[in-house]
Amino acid sequence: MAEHPKAREWEEKVLKKSLHRFPERKEKFTHHGGEEVPRVACPESIDAPYVEKLGFPGQYPFTRGVQPTMYRGRFWTMRQYAGFSNAAESNKRYRYLLEHGTTGLSVAFDLPTQIGYDSDDPMSVGEVGKVGVAIDSLADMEVLFDRIPLDTVSTSMTINASASVLLAMYVAVAEKQGVPGEKIQGTIQNDILKEYVARGTYIFPPRPSLRIITDIFQWCSKHTPAFNTISISGYHIREAGSTAVQEVAFTLANGIAYVQAALDAGMELDSFARRLSFFFNASSDLLEEVAKFRAARRLWARIMKERFSAAKPSSMMLRFHTQTAGNTLTAQQIDNNVVRVTLQALAAVLGGTQSLHTNSRDEALALPTEDSVRTALRTQQVIAYESGVGDSVDPLAGSYFIEQLTDGIEAQASELIDTIDRAGGVVAAIEDGFVQRQIENSAYDYQQEIERGERVVVGVNQFQTDEKVRPPLLRIDPEVERAQVQRLKALRESRDNGQVQAALAKLGEAARSEANLMPAILEAVRSYATLGEICRVMRDAFGEFRDAG
Amino acid sequence: MAGRSRKYRVLIGKPGLDGHDRGAKILARALRDAGFEAVYTGIRRTADEIAAAAVQEDVSAVGLSSLSGAHLRLFPAVVEALKQRGAGDIPVLGGGVIPDEDLAALKQAGIVEVYTPGTPLAQVVEAFENACDRHQKGRSGK
Repeated sequence: MAEHPKAREWEEKVLKKSLHRFPERKEKFTHHGGEEVPRVACPESIDAPYVEKLGFPGQYPFTRGVQPTMYRGRFWTMRQYAGFSNAAESNKRYRYLLEHGTTGLSVAFDLPTQIGYDSDDPMSVGEVGKVGVAIDSLADMEVLFDRIPLDTVSTSMTINASASVLLAMYVAVAEKQGVPGEKIQGTIQNDILKEYVARGTYIFPPRPSLRIITDIFQWCSKHTPAFNTISISGYHIREAGSTAVQEVAFTLANGIAYVQAALDAGMELDSFARRLSFFFNASSDLLEEVAKFRAARRLWARIMKERFSAAKPSSMMLRFHTQTAGNTLTAQQIDNNVVRVTLQALAAVLGGTQSLHTNSRDEALALPTEDSVRTALRTQQVIAYESGVGDSVDPLAGSYFIEQLTDGIEAQASELIDTIDRAGGVVAAIEDGFVQRQIENSAYDYQQEIERGERVVVGVNQFQTDEKVRPPLLRIDPEVERAQVQRLKALRESRDNGQVQAALAKLGEAARSEANLMPAILEAVRSYATLGEICRVMRDAFGEFRDAG
Repeated sequence: MAGRSRKYRVLIGKPGLDGHDRGAKILARALRDAGFEAVYTGIRRTADEIAAAAVQEDVSAVGLSSLSGAHLRLFPAVVEALKQRGAGDIPVLGGGVIPDEDLAALKQAGIVEVYTPGTPLAQVVEAFENACDRHQKGRSGK
């Protein structure tokens, strides 16, 4: 392999440096019997088209992965999305996951928290603590991360419209632990555009939302340089029913809008581009999914280089988290879901993901039980430690099938992005409903295929069995809501309300000016102003978005 | 479905804060394909907004969807809001991520049918057909 000058250049310049900084997991990777596993299998003769389309891992266009040694250096981060009921219970679950070998936290917030309502808001009735943890103020956040060292644990937070507030709370908790902003690691989802087309946790209209996002980019580039300021998400677009091509196209189109917004706000590309991260779905069409991840990586690298003239390789790297496809889980014969998740997780790993959440088998019925969550985590561990697929970088490269599919997805997604550009960009395409219609049509077609029996869903439209035994399900006690409301009431009585009002007034001024919002939000958070109070001030300043149906 | 004398009008509503409306949208479209006039509220509606829309649109049935686990609070609230508006005779159907053990409580609260993931669309469409038929008969009998 080292014969071609490009290959030798990669070995000398990229690989050696990387091996020096990040040694591999083992001195030698072998099959049973001692045969060595190649680090990066390459064609016998490396020609120009190979270098242009695939290249070497850790090098533009990153088709083969963003790091030179990928999982030979370190496995992907096994990051299980969790959080339910109140902060104390969620804290217990996080410490349980950390004890069982999870390597990064991923916080699920309940819907009121995601939409900026306090637990005692009339809009929150019935939803408190249901799909995640309820956080009303810094006091709850302190409990959530109790005895979890924020200088070593990286935390991903699925929070969008209210991301600025939750990030401020996280920074404030870290401060209390004595951990400076420079040391905290993690990700906020902060991807509002996909909320208008899927998922639905928007608060403000698109344009003020983009301002908040660029404020976060700017503030974080100075104060929390190791924190990923956005996770541009195709996951929910796919869950809403899009195809793989649409998932790539709409996600990267949203990415383009965020980059443009930051540039328009005067930021320098290479100062924020390396902190952009992505989040994709891993569905059941295994080979298509592998090709999708590879195509997304190459397409984003080209967009960053050609459209935005990025100079640094790190600005062109598409780093991504993956979650297995929740919509493929069935309520019938739930053990089959473990198999589905295994296939999907394998696709993510073969596609070069940086972190992975595996769904639990009972999620078509309720929030997962502890037992199901453990099996989901074990699934990743079996792939990592037993399957050997992580011992060679991008092992499916060079398969005619995979490469054709990768080229095809890249070309089709690129075409769809061109269509969006011609429609005036993705914000206009969302406001016009173009993106939503595309997704709805794909979802409906898919469902029709199932209804007609052309698409088989095992245990649902074929191979059904009569199930008598009901699995044990996790229930959220309605008491959680009452207790959280009480806790909030106590907070409002015990804090310095004069200080809260002053901080909120300042935030209102900042929202109406061009000032960066983050300092004012941080001050409000530190005064124990609630999430709902802070978002109310911003609602008054920015207005609210409403789904037309 | 063929040979129906009248075009029924139905409302599909998303109560609460849950934004997962793939199912709600697919069902609304399947109902339209089956000859219904199906109005979809959009996400994040209060129980009262849904009841008001049902009355205003003069629908023969309401379908509710929730995937966030809030169904035990939200579905009965819509039934209640319909009664408040003097439209307690409009049948309410529900669907979403709903454990079997909640079915009894929902029926008790006046939800006529509940459908969970994996139910064939044709079965849900037929349930709407039947609910609308009964509603129609009830009205003409008054």
